[in-house]
Amino acid sequence: MTYQDVRALKGLPVLDESVARHRQARRLRARVKANLEGWAFISPTVLGLLIFTAFPMIASLYFSLTDYDLLTSPRWIGLSNFGRMIHDRLFYTSLVNTAYYTFVGVPAQTLVALLEAMLLNMKVRGVNVFRTLYYLPTVTPTVATVILWVYILNRDYGLVNSALWLLGLPGIDWLYNPRVVKLSLILMSLWQVGGRMVVFLAALQGVPNELYESASIDGANALRRTWHITLPMISSVMFFNLIIGIIGAWQVFTAAFIATEGGPANATLFYVLYLYRHAFENLRMGYASALAWVLFIIVMIFTLLQFVFARRWVYYEVS
Amino acid sequence: MNSMVETQGVRRMTALHLTRRTMRKSLAGLLKFALIAFGAAVGLFPLYWTWMVSLRPDGWEFTFPPQWLPNSFLWVNYVRAWNSGPFLIYTRNSLLVTILGTIGTLLTGSLSAFGFSRLRFAGRDLVFGLVLSTMMLPAWVTIIPTFIIFRTLHWIDTLRPLYVPSWFGGGAFYIFLLRQFFLSLPVEMEEAARVDGASSLRIYWQIIMPLSGPALASVAIFSFINLWNDFMGPLIFTNSVQSRTLALGLRFFRNEYTTSVNLMMCAALFMVIPVLILFFAAQRYFVRGVVMSGLAGR
Repeated sequence: MTYQDVRALKGLPVLDESVARHRQARRLRARVKANLEGWAFISPTVLGLLIFTAFPMIASLYFSLTDYDLLTSPRWIGLSNFGRMIHDRLFYTSLVNTAYYTFVGVPAQTLVALLEAMLLNMKVRGVNVFRTLYYLPTVTPTVATVILWVYILNRDYGLVNSALWLLGLPGIDWLYNPRVVKLSLILMSLWQVGGRMVVFLAALQGVPNELYESASIDGANALRRTWHITLPMISSVMFFNLIIGIIGAWQVFTAAFIATEGGPANATLFYVLYLYRHAFENLRMGYASALAWVLFIIVMIFTLLQFVFARRWVYYEVS
Repeated sequence: MNSMVETQGVRRMTALHLTRRTMRKSLAGLLKFALIAFGAAVGLFPLYWTWMVSLRPDGWEFTFPPQWLPNSFLWVNYVRAWNSGPFLIYTRNSLLVTILGTIGTLLTGSLSAFGFSRLRFAGRDLVFGLVLSTMMLPAWVTIIPTFIIFRTLHWIDTLRPLYVPSWFGGGAFYIFLLRQFFLSLPVEMEEAARVDGASSLRIYWQIIMPLSGPALASVAIFSFINLWNDFMGPLIFTNSVQSRTLALGLRFFRNEYTTSVNLMMCAALFMVIPVLILFFAAQRYFVRGVVMSGLAGR
C-alpha cells in the first residue's frame, strides 16, 4: 500500500504526486531517526545481552559437546558428555539433593515469607519499624550469616545444642549427620526471605477491605477469611514467588560451599556445587557446560510446568 | 418511672459491654504486638549473637551454659581481627567494585530504561521481553563462557570482571524498576521540551533524571548491597589476595582462624556494618523499590 492509498483509506484528499513523495520521504527519515535513537539508548543493554547472555549460551552449548580443559583447544566429542552423565552417580546425588532442597525448602520459605507479611500487615503500633527490622536479615551478607550459623549449630558447643541440653533434650548433629544437614541449610535460608515477604506484603495491602467487611457480616471468622479471600486474592503473587523461589533453589550454592563443602557423605553436594567443582576445580569445562545446559532445561521445565498448573489455582482479577 | 429505670439499665449494660469490648480489643492489640516483636527478635537474633560473640574473650565458646547477655566488651578484638588479615585490601577492593559497578548500573540502566519507556522504535518490546526473560536464566548457565571471555581479555584476578558487567544495563531487575518509574512520570514537560526542540538525550538528562531521585536511590542501594555481598563473582574470577573482596576474604579468614570464633565474628561484622548503616540510612527506598517493581531482589 502506498502513502497515497493510506491517505485515501483515511478519507484525506489526494495529494499532488511530488508533495506526496516529499512527505513520505520525510516520514521515513523521522522513523529511521527514531529507531536509531531508540536503539542507541538501549545499546548498553543490547550489548550486554549479546556478550553476557546470547554468546555464552551458544558457547556453552558448543562446549557441552566437547572435551575442554582451558589449556588445550576444545575437542569435539559429540554427545559423550551427556552419555557420561547418565552413568555419573554423583550427578544423580546432586540432582536428588537439590530436588530435596527445592521441594522442602521453597514451601517452607514461602510459608515463612507469607506469615511474616501477614504479621506486618496488622494494624500495630510501630509497624513500619518492624517492617524494616524484618527485612534486615535479608541484606546481611550470606557469607557472614553462614559463618555464624556454623558456629551456632556446632555439635559440641553450639548454642542450639546447649539450649537443648539445658532443656534435658539430646543434642542434634546439625551439620555432620547426612540426614539432618539439608534441613539445617533450609533452616538457615529462612532468614533470607525478605524479598518475597515484601512482595507478599504489597499484595496483602492491595486486597480491598470491603471483601473482608462483607465476609465478617456474613459471619466468616479470621481463618475462613484468610482461606477464602486473602489466599485467592494474592494467588498471582504466590505464583510469582514460587517461580522465583524454585529458580533460586536450584542454584543453591554459597551456604553449602562454605558451611559443609558438599559433605557429609555428599549430602549437601548440590547441583551447582557439583558443576562448580567440574568447571573450576577440575577444569572439565566441557562436562561442566553439559551440566549447565541440563540445569537450564530443568529450570525451564519446572517454570513451564508451573505455568500449566497455574491455570488451576491462580486467580486473576479481570479489570 | 418504670421506663426510666429500664433506660438507665440499658445504658449501664451498654457501657459495660463497651468497656469489655475495648478491653478485648486492647488485649488483642497487645497480643499482636507481642507476636510481631517475637518474630523480629527471632529474625535479629543471629546479628545480636554475632555482635555479642565478637566481644568475648578467647575460648569463651566452650563455656556451658552459654550466657545470653553481653558481659565482656573486648573492643580490642576488632583491632586484633583487623590486623590478622589483609582487611584493608579486602575493604578497598569491595568499595572499588561496589562504587564503580553502581555508577555503571545507574548510568547505563537509566539510559536503557529511558529507551524502553519514553521512546518508540521497532523491536523495543521484543528486546525488553528478552531482558526480562534473563531474570529466569540461572547465572550458572552462562558462567563458563563468561569466565573464558574474561580469561581471553586477561582480566582474571583483576577487579574488572566484578564491575564491568554492570556497565551493560546493570541487569534486568534494575532496568525493569527504572522503566516502571519512568512510565509513571507525566509526559507534559517532555512534550513541551520536544516542541522547543530538545533532543531525547537532553530530555533524559534534564527532565527525567532529576525527577527520578527515589527510583535511582532504590537502584543504587540494591546494586551496592548486591555487589558488596556477591560471593560467586569473586570466587570464580579472582585468585590472589590483591584482588580479593571482603566476601571472599572472610571465607579465607575463616579457614585460617577456625578456632578464634570471636575474631571471626569481628571479621564478619567488618562486612556487615557498612550494609547495616546503608540499610538504615535508606531503608524506605528498599521496600519502595521492591514494591515499585513488584519484584524481589535475590
